[in-house]
Amino acid sequence: MVKGTNMSTHSVTASSPGTEANRHTAGGSVGSLSDVAQEIERHLPDKLMDPIMETSLLNIYYGDFHAVHDVNLAFGRNEITALIGPSGCGKSTVLRSLNRMNDLVPGARVEGAVNYQGQNIYARGVDPIAVRTHVGMVFQKPNPFPKSIYDNVAYGPRVTGMKVDDMDDLVEGALRGAALWDEVKDKLKQSAYGLSGGQQQRLCIARTIATKPNVILMDEPCSALDPIATARVEDLMLQLTQDYTIVIVTHNMQQAARVSDRTAFFTARPDETTGNRTGLLVEYNLTKQLFSQPSDQRTEDYISGRFG
Amino acid sequence: MTTTTTTPAGPPSPAGLRGDPVDLSGRSRPGEAVIRGVLFAAALVSVLTTVGIVIALLRPAVEFFRDVPVWEFLGGTRWAPNDSGNPDFGVWPLVSATLVITVVALVVAIPLGLGAAMYLSEYASPEMRRRLKPIVELLAGVPSVVYGFFALTFVTPNLLQKVLHIDVGFTNALAAGLVLGVMIIPTIASLSEDALFAVPLSLRQGSFAMGANRMQTTLRVVLPAAMSGVAAAVILGLSRAVGETMIVALAAGSRPHLSLDPREGMQAMTGYIASTAGGENPVGSTSYNTLFAVGLLLFVITLIINVISIALVRRYRQEY
Ligand SMILES: Nc1ncnc2c1ncn2[C@@H]1O[C@H](COP(=O)(O)OP(=O)(O)OP(=O)(O)O)[C@@H](O)[C@H]1O
Ligand SMILES: [Mg+2]
Repeated sequence: MVKGTNMSTHSVTASSPGTEANRHTAGGSVGSLSDVAQEIERHLPDKLMDPIMETSLLNIYYGDFHAVHDVNLAFGRNEITALIGPSGCGKSTVLRSLNRMNDLVPGARVEGAVNYQGQNIYARGVDPIAVRTHVGMVFQKPNPFPKSIYDNVAYGPRVTGMKVDDMDDLVEGALRGAALWDEVKDKLKQSAYGLSGGQQQRLCIARTIATKPNVILMDEPCSALDPIATARVEDLMLQLTQDYTIVIVTHNMQQAARVSDRTAFFTARPDETTGNRTGLLVEYNLTKQLFSQPSDQRTEDYISGRFG
Repeated sequence: MTTTTTTPAGPPSPAGLRGDPVDLSGRSRPGEAVIRGVLFAAALVSVLTTVGIVIALLRPAVEFFRDVPVWEFLGGTRWAPNDSGNPDFGVWPLVSATLVITVVALVVAIPLGLGAAMYLSEYASPEMRRRLKPIVELLAGVPSVVYGFFALTFVTPNLLQKVLHIDVGFTNALAAGLVLGVMIIPTIASLSEDALFAVPLSLRQGSFAMGANRMQTTLRVVLPAAMSGVAAAVILGLSRAVGETMIVALAAGSRPHLSLDPREGMQAMTGYIASTAGGENPVGSTSYNTLFAVGLLLFVITLIINVISIALVRRYRQEY
């Protein structure tokens, strides 16, 4: 037995690019809008028949402030859905409502329903902690814990009491899944703060997939990263759709066009009496459709750069 | 290339770019020099005071060690400086008493202080925190002599003897340690609360998003992230406990003897100094000089604690 030969048996869920023919090719992910439109080969149904998650008449308030009005959205399994729109229109607010992170904001109140696999996560008796093990989240700024790389990844399985046969395997699998393993395999015991910003963000993704959620929410996950690190995270997102559903907030319309299957465009409308800007969903469609033939003037203005 | 020079209504350009003469010569600011001098003097006073204290301690202490060998002082286990027939200067009974009382104090103060800090920082509503924190800090303003009497007249007879049925004497290290612990709770609670509260919200959010509950988030993410501040808080509480005099002098008693049993009365280092300083020992006598030898030892111990604390703070420093 040569040592090198049985190495490959170890790899856990490394998803090699190219195995799935109908994904967008991950490699050349940085390109112009028109390139991307041609690249998309995956054929998605125009109407979602079996969404993994769905909001209905979602209204969110911060105290008296009505932040988001009547949002109806559905997220397809193993799809990437992008939420775009001008600053302050409530994208993060909607995203946070999908795994009850708004519970942590004092004064935040959610009305309407968010159905996850048919169950309203705001129904009485639902444990937000249980929701978050199904719906994970990656934040705008990488926020690794003050722990080793290994312990960062192992954190979720440990705190949620997940049954784990071999933690080392799980950590390796998660790091491979986040395309970070090769860069950190020799320094798993070192502090996560020694990593670059892009590596830290991939560590946060690894940490999230270690708990095996079904849905991953990402709030501007690349806004603190340089273009190369951004491209790596985008490639990663495309790979992750094999196993996960992703909802991403982004200010980068090229990014939305490159990675997402569907796009929801939000805007904020000032209230006639108070002047408060309440966010609302303007248009939701296949990304290809939304960017090539927006049906609402506001969407067209926004994506062509005339607004926001 | 074409639009660089002649924009008529551009933003105001910095002085000098249009050929105005630039004046970069220094202006004299006499006020600055005065302020600088005053601040320097303030810093100097505290440094000089420390140096003065060391010198004042050192001279009689050196004299003391001419009469009593250092090894006898640091190695001896009988403390009887005023026994005219058979004086002994083994400092261990005083040191062990300080140790026992401090350990009892920390056993009380670390869990309660940290618990209070975690509650205020992680559990209490902003409103609650705003009201409770000043109250906790108020406890630090109670004069220690009050705590001492509290230990003597309430804790020992009521709490220890009547309620807990512990067989303790009128003075004992347990009561002194318990009350001393209560005294340093505000120090530990307030400073560690500052450290916990300063941990960025994003770390907590990260933890909650992984499916952790509040306790896990507090203990496994926030506390480690605040470790340097929490360690500093505990060490500061520790040095206050070691140096505290009134409680110890009143409640622990004045019988120097070597024991690790907190139920017994014992005399701590500070207790010895307090009870001997006003006494009738003639200046320059060996028994008078013991004060300075013990004082110097106390000073060195506190110094060591502070050095350890600085090292700890460096070690645990987190960048979040
Ligand atoms: N914790 C909060 N407390 C009170 N108001 C909030 C809070 N978070 C957000 N808001 C308000 O809700 C509205 C929507 O905010 P949100 O952060 O969801 O916008 P966004 O679309 O994510 O903006 P950006 O693109 O700048 O991130 C804004 O008017 C904002 O001021
Ligand atoms: Mg946002």
